[in-house]
Amino acid sequence: MIEIEDVHKSFGLLEVIKGVTMNVARGEVVSVIGGSGSGKSTLLMCVNGLEPINSGRILVDGTVVHARETDLNKLRTKIGIVFQQWNAFPHLTVLENVMLAPRKVLGKSRQDAEAVAVERLTHVGLADKLKVYPSKLSGGQQQRMAIARALAMSPDYMLLDEVTSALDPQLVGEVLDTLRLLSSEGMTMIVVTHEIRFARDVSNRVAFFHQGRIHEIGPPEQVIGSPRQPETMAFLKSVL
Amino acid sequence: MFNASISPNDILFMLRGAGVTLLLTFWAVLGGTLLGVAFGLLRATAPGWPSYALGTLLDVFRSVPLLIQLILATAFAPIAGLDWQPFTVACLVLAVYASAYCTEIVRGSILAVPLSTRRAARSLGLTWWDDLTVIVFPIALRVGLPSWMNLALGLMKDSALVLWLGIIELLRSSQIVVTRTQEPLLVLMIAGTIYFLISFPIARLGTWFETRWQVHD
Ligand SMILES: Nc1ncnc2c1ncn2[C@@H]1O[C@H](COP(=O)(O)OP(=O)(O)O)[C@@H](O)[C@H]1O
Ligand SMILES: [Mg+2]
Repeated sequence: MIEIEDVHKSFGLLEVIKGVTMNVARGEVVSVIGGSGSGKSTLLMCVNGLEPINSGRILVDGTVVHARETDLNKLRTKIGIVFQQWNAFPHLTVLENVMLAPRKVLGKSRQDAEAVAVERLTHVGLADKLKVYPSKLSGGQQQRMAIARALAMSPDYMLLDEVTSALDPQLVGEVLDTLRLLSSEGMTMIVVTHEIRFARDVSNRVAFFHQGRIHEIGPPEQVIGSPRQPETMAFLKSVL
Repeated sequence: MFNASISPNDILFMLRGAGVTLLLTFWAVLGGTLLGVAFGLLRATAPGWPSYALGTLLDVFRSVPLLIQLILATAFAPIAGLDWQPFTVACLVLAVYASAYCTEIVRGSILAVPLSTRRAARSLGLTWWDDLTVIVFPIALRVGLPSWMNLALGLMKDSALVLWLGIIELLRSSQIVVTRTQEPLLVLMIAGTIYFLISFPIARLGTWFETRWQVHD
């Protein structure tokens, strides 16, 4: 379970997250929608400790993320995160990209890491690209590789930050299908997205972010179907 | 024709000079690279005043002409109580001079690795050190290699300046042969050829690495 309790976060003088409270239960899919600059990416990076916070706290399975004694590298093996830009390691093949962390972080043998990597890459439909370098992949394929790379750590949670925003429209579908597959398998996910239809179909709850706060949160039928806040309505109108 | 007066011994003498040039270049490149990697890493990963101070110090070595540095170091070494051979002084000065350039190459190459790539590595649970050695260095190496090759080749040519310290390297040995044989053009052509024969394999090796790696990006 991910528990976010009254988190505040500033970059210098700019307060980007202004008291966010939200829980994500095991097996739940929560979509985060909201305008650019509202603090969605920052929140995800706080959840796995890539960014420090100013006050409040975040717990992952009861572990306080920003506590001094927390082993972040260990915690991060539980939390897969995929970013908007494709962050392939350009000097490694697709297979090596996915094998790297299981070997380095989990200490798996080459055979074990390779077996897991092949399995995950097959899962996201890249079984025929194992020996290829990432530059030879399309954006959608690179993004699916990044998802497989995160999945190879057998995470309990997946955080996905606008994973389709940088893709050509015709490539969005294949990545969303991969996410649908994950959610059908019971993966716990926080999905930052502008794909409103996807958010409505897949999420258990939708959170609308506005100026560093959760402005509205609830089941998709409510937040997307019949929003109560005028800002939510305005945002939905702007992206639909 | 005009090569009658050059003896095999003269050629041998020049080749021995070339050996000194190679040795000087080797130590300068080795020392400069080791220092440069350490300094460059510091400059790229630990901003703040120590890094800034180091940068300013190295700027001095980059902006004062090498010849002045060589002569000053030779003059001050005995005053500082250091009983060093001119060859040792020359190697050290060249290494520090090289490190000043290498530091900037390393720093620039490390900073050229996108932050988002490093974030992705850390988010997978890789440690700071793993991120540096498995992700940043291999990518930075590809970025920095051409500049580093240029530095190495430049050092080999700059090393000729140590003749002012009385060290008989390739250029100085050529001068001596010229004085003896009065065949400046031929001797310089031979010296130039030797310089080329030393550089060429190094340059080819660099190109080979570049093309080998280019396929992967
Ligand atoms: N590393 C940073 N340093 C300073 N400001 C930042 C940094 N990252 C994000 N910001 C600022 O924080 C705000 C929220 O950014 P972000 O979390 O990326 O929003 P979103 O993902 O919702 O578009 C923006 O105003 C952005 O400019
Ligand atoms: Mg964002």
